[in-house]
Amino acid sequence: MLEKLFFGLLLAIAAILALVLILAAVGGIIAGLLAPFVGSVPISYNFRSVRARWTSTIVAILGIAGTVGVFVAVLSLARGFRATLVASGSPGNALVMRAGATSEMMGGITLDSVKVVQDAPGIARDASGPLVTQEVVGVVPFPLISTGTDANVQVRGVSPNVLRIRTFAKIIQGRMFDPGVSELVAGKNASRTYSGLTLGNTVTFGGGRWQVVGVFDAGGSSFDSEVWCDARILNQVLKRPDNIFQSATVHLVSPDSFEQFKDAVTSDPRLNVDVVREIDYYAKQSTTMTRLITILGGLVAAIMAIGAIFGALNTMYSAVAERGREIATLRALGFSPWSVILSFLFEALLISFVASLVGCLAVLPLNGLTTSTMNFQTFSSLAFAFKITFDLLLMGVLFGLVMGVLGGLLPAIVAALRPVAVSLREL
Amino acid sequence: MVKVDGSGTSSLIQVRDLDKTYHRGGEEIDVLQGLNLDVNQGEFVAFMGPSGSGKTTLLNLLGGLDVPTRGSIRVSGDEITHMSAGKLTEWRSRHVGFIFQIYNLIPVLNAFQNVELPLLLTKLSKAERRDHVETVLSVVGLADRMKHFPRQLSGGQEQRVAIARAIVADPTFLLCDEPTGDLDRKSADEIMRLMEELVAKYHKTVLMVTHDPLVAARAQTTLHLEKGVLVEGRKIPQAIPAGGVE
Amino acid sequence: MRFGGLILANLFRKKIRLALTLGSFAVALFLFAFLGVVRDAFNRGADVAGADRLVTINRTSIINPIPLSYRDKILRIPGIKCITHNNWFGGVYKDEKNFFPQFVIDPENQRQVFPEFSVPDDQWNTFLKDREGAVVGARTMERFHWKIGDRIPIKTTLYGGGSWEFNLDGVYHGKQAQDDETQFWFQWDYFEERIPDRLKGNIGWYVLRVENPDESPRIAKAIDQEFANSPYETKTETESAFAAGWVKQFGNIQFLIVSIGSVVFFTLLLVTGNTMAISVRERTAELAVLKAIGFSDRSILFFILGESLAIALVGGLLGLLLATLAIPVLANALNGMLPNLILSPKLLAFGLFTALVVGIASGILPGIGAMRMRVVNALRRV
Repeated sequence: MLEKLFFGLLLAIAAILALVLILAAVGGIIAGLLAPFVGSVPISYNFRSVRARWTSTIVAILGIAGTVGVFVAVLSLARGFRATLVASGSPGNALVMRAGATSEMMGGITLDSVKVVQDAPGIARDASGPLVTQEVVGVVPFPLISTGTDANVQVRGVSPNVLRIRTFAKIIQGRMFDPGVSELVAGKNASRTYSGLTLGNTVTFGGGRWQVVGVFDAGGSSFDSEVWCDARILNQVLKRPDNIFQSATVHLVSPDSFEQFKDAVTSDPRLNVDVVREIDYYAKQSTTMTRLITILGGLVAAIMAIGAIFGALNTMYSAVAERGREIATLRALGFSPWSVILSFLFEALLISFVASLVGCLAVLPLNGLTTSTMNFQTFSSLAFAFKITFDLLLMGVLFGLVMGVLGGLLPAIVAALRPVAVSLREL
Repeated sequence: MVKVDGSGTSSLIQVRDLDKTYHRGGEEIDVLQGLNLDVNQGEFVAFMGPSGSGKTTLLNLLGGLDVPTRGSIRVSGDEITHMSAGKLTEWRSRHVGFIFQIYNLIPVLNAFQNVELPLLLTKLSKAERRDHVETVLSVVGLADRMKHFPRQLSGGQEQRVAIARAIVADPTFLLCDEPTGDLDRKSADEIMRLMEELVAKYHKTVLMVTHDPLVAARAQTTLHLEKGVLVEGRKIPQAIPAGGVE
Repeated sequence: MRFGGLILANLFRKKIRLALTLGSFAVALFLFAFLGVVRDAFNRGADVAGADRLVTINRTSIINPIPLSYRDKILRIPGIKCITHNNWFGGVYKDEKNFFPQFVIDPENQRQVFPEFSVPDDQWNTFLKDREGAVVGARTMERFHWKIGDRIPIKTTLYGGGSWEFNLDGVYHGKQAQDDETQFWFQWDYFEERIPDRLKGNIGWYVLRVENPDESPRIAKAIDQEFANSPYETKTETESAFAAGWVKQFGNIQFLIVSIGSVVFFTLLLVTGNTMAISVRERTAELAVLKAIGFSDRSILFFILGESLAIALVGGLLGLLLATLAIPVLANALNGMLPNLILSPKLLAFGLFTALVVGIASGILPGIGAMRMRVVNALRRV
C-alpha cells in the first residue's frame, strides 16, 4: 500500500515536471521564433557569436544531432517492423483457422472442411473456381547471408493459385512454381537475407532438393520474408498428415463481404472454425515484438534526450559564463533583460535546428535498409526495413528544438537577470 | 649597497650582462641590454620606468619565470640561468615569494588555504604547516580572517593575504609587480607600511616594480629601467597638484 | 593526499556546472548500463549454456518432432553421460500476455542433465509421484503469486486443444543470477496420455550431457550420422552453439545497441571535454600563479586530470547506481518478453572503466594545455 502511494507520488511529481517542461519548451520555441521580430538585440549578434565560438557550437550541435539521429533511427526501426507486419495482408482477404487457434501454426483444417468453406457466400470466384488457398507453414533453417549461421525461415506451403488471392504479391523474377513439383519462390527480402534463395539455385531441406524458380514482391509485408511452395509437397516433407492444412485464406468479393462470409462459415455445423481478416491477423502477430521494440526504443530515446538536455544545458551555461561580459555590456547599453533572453532563445533555436537537420540527414541513408530479427510469436525470422517517413523527421526536428530550447532557457534567464555590476566586474 | 654597474660583490642577488630579446611579428625587440644588478640581504629596491621598458621582464627573469637571451643571474651562489625547467621550478618554490597586482589568490580557497599553498610543496607536517600559516597571518594582521574567502575580503586585505603567502615558506627574496596598482590610496598605504615592516623588522629582501613614485619613495633605493639597463634613482621633477601631495 | 583538497575545492567552484557535468555522466552511464543489460539478455542463452551439453533437434525444421525411440540408439554412442528430452507446450495461462515457457520434461533425468536448477528434495519427490504435478521457476511463481498446492489451468491449441490442469508441487531456483527461472515443467507421462494418438511417441528435442566436452564434435557427428536418411533426420550441436545461433537471428539488434552506445560515448566525451576546456580557460591566471609559487608543470596536469577523473567517477557511479535501482522495474514492465534483465558485475566494471576513460580523455587536452602554458604569457597584464 505504501509502495503504491510512493509510486503514485513519484508519478505525480514526474507529471508536473513534464508539464512544466512542456510549457517551457513550447513557450521557448515560440519566443525564440519571434525574437528577430520582437526582440531588440539584432540577430546578426547571434550569428557572429556562434561563428566566434565555433568549437563550443560544434560540440552542442553534435550532441543534439547525435540524439536526434538515434531517436529517428530507433523509431524508424519500430515503424519498419510494424509496417511490415501491420501492412501484411489485404482487407479483402479472410483467414480461416480452427476455432481457438491463436496462430496458424496451431491450426488444423482438413481438406473436406476447406471444400465446405469454398462454397460459402462472399468468396470471389474466377474461371478456375473459388479463390481459396489452403496453407501449411513450416519453420526451416536457412543460413543468414550476414553471419553464415542458421535462421529459422517461414516456409509457406500454398495452393498454386495463391497469387490470385494475395493480389498484392507479384512475381518480379522468374515464374511461379508448378503444382506438385519440388519448386519454390522466395520473397524479395528472403532472397536478400538468406543464402541460396536466388533464381535458378537449388536448396536442400527436408530431405529433398528444391529449385528456386522465382522471386516475388509482396509490397513490403511480412510475406517478403517468406518462401512459398506447394502445400501438399510441404506436408509430405514435414511428415504431416496428408490432407490436413493449418489455415485457409480466401479472397472476398469485396472487403464488405467479410461479415457475410464469416457468419456463414462460423454457423455451419460441419465446421469448427474462426474467421479473421488477414490484416487483423498479421497485426496481432507483431504485438509482442512491436511492444518490445517500442518500449526499448522509447526508453533509449528518452534517456538520450535527458542526456542531451544536460549536455545542451552544460554547453549553454558555459556559453553564458564566457559571454558574461558581453551580456553585461548589452544590458549596460540599455537592452532589457527580456531582449537578452529572447536573443539567447533565438540562438538556441538556431543551433538546435541546424543540429536536428544534421542528425536527420545523418540517419537518412538508413531508410530502406533491411535488417532481420526473430519474431517470438511465429518462431521465425522476419526481415524488415528501416522506415523513415517525413512525419518522423519532423518529430526528430521538433525533438531537437525542444532539447535546445530547454537547454538554453535556464542559462539565458540566469544571465539576463544577474546584476550588471557583478558581471562587469568578472574580468 | 645596491649596484647597477657590475661592480657589486653581493652574495645574495648578482646579475651580470643580462640581455633579453623578444621576437614579435618578425621584429626583434631588445628589452634588456647588458643589465647589471647587485642586491644584498635586507634591501628594499623599487624599479621604475615607462610602460614597455621591461620592468616586468626583469622581474620574471629574476624569479626564474623566464630565461634570458644572454647573461647570468646568481642567487645565493646558484646560477639560475643554467637550471632546467624542473629544477628552476623547485628553486623558485624555495627562494622566491611573488606578489602580483591582481590574480593573486585562488577564489575557491580561504585565506588560510591560500597561504598554505607554498607549504604543500615542502615536507612539513600538517601541524607544522598550520603553525607557519598562523604566524605569517598574524604578521600581516589578518589572524582573525583566516577562514574568509577572497570575495569576503577587501582589496587591501586580499593583498595582505598574498603577502603572507609570499613569505610563509621563508623565501630568499620577494618579487612584487605593482602590488598596490589595484588598490585605493588608503589600502596602498597599509600595504607599503607592511612592506617596510617586513624589511625593517624581519630583514626581508624586497624587489618591487611600480609606476607610482609615491610608492617607490617608500623603498630604500629606486632604480630606473632605461634603454635596457638600470640607472640609479634620481629626482624626476613632477607636477605637484595644487592641493599638495596626498 | 593534500592536493586532494585543492581538487575538491576547484570542483565546487561552479556548482551548477558541476551538477550538469555529473548529470551528463550519470545519464550516459545509466544508458550504457541499460543497453548492456538488454544486450546481455539477448545473449543470455549463449552465456549460460552448459559446456558439456548437446542439443539434438529435427534437421528439417526445429518445430518438427523426433521419435522417443531414438533415445536408446543415442545412448549406445560412447561418451554420453545422461540424456533427457523436452517438448514445447506453448499453452496460455489465462491471457496471452502472461506468457512463460512451458516444457514437458522427463523427470527421471531432468536433474542430472540440468544440475543448475535445484528443487528441494521433498518437493521433487511429491512431483515424481504426481502425474498431474508441475514444477515452476521462482520468477514465474512470484509473478503470479502462486503457492505450492495451487491448481494451475493452462489452455492449449497445439495438442488437441482443451484446458489442462496441474498441481503445483515444487519450485526451482537457478544457481547463478543469469539462470532462467521462468520455466514451467510437467510430466511426460501425463502429456503422452492426453495428446491425440497421431502425435504420440514423439518428443521435441533431446538434451544430453557428455563425459568430456572435447568429445562433443565427435558425438554430435555420430548422432546425426545414426539418423541420416531416416524419416526424422537430426541436427546436433553444443548448447552454446545452438544458443549463439538463436541469438544471431536477432543479429542486428546487437549492432544497433553497440552503435547507440558509441554515439553516447562520443557525445559524452565531447560535452565533458568542452566543459573541462572552458573550465581550464577560465582559470589560466590562477594556474599561472600556482606555477609561479613553484608547483611543477606536471602537477598542474595532474590537478586537471584529477578533477575530470573525480567527476567521471562520481557521475559514473551515480548513473550505475540509478541503473541498479531502475532495471528491476524495467524488467517487470517487459515481463516475459525478455529473459532476466540483470546488471552483472562485469557490466558494472566495464561501465566504470568507460567512465574513467572518458574522464581521462576529457581532461587530457586541457590539462596538457595548462601544463605547457607559460607563466609569463598568462600573467601578462590585460
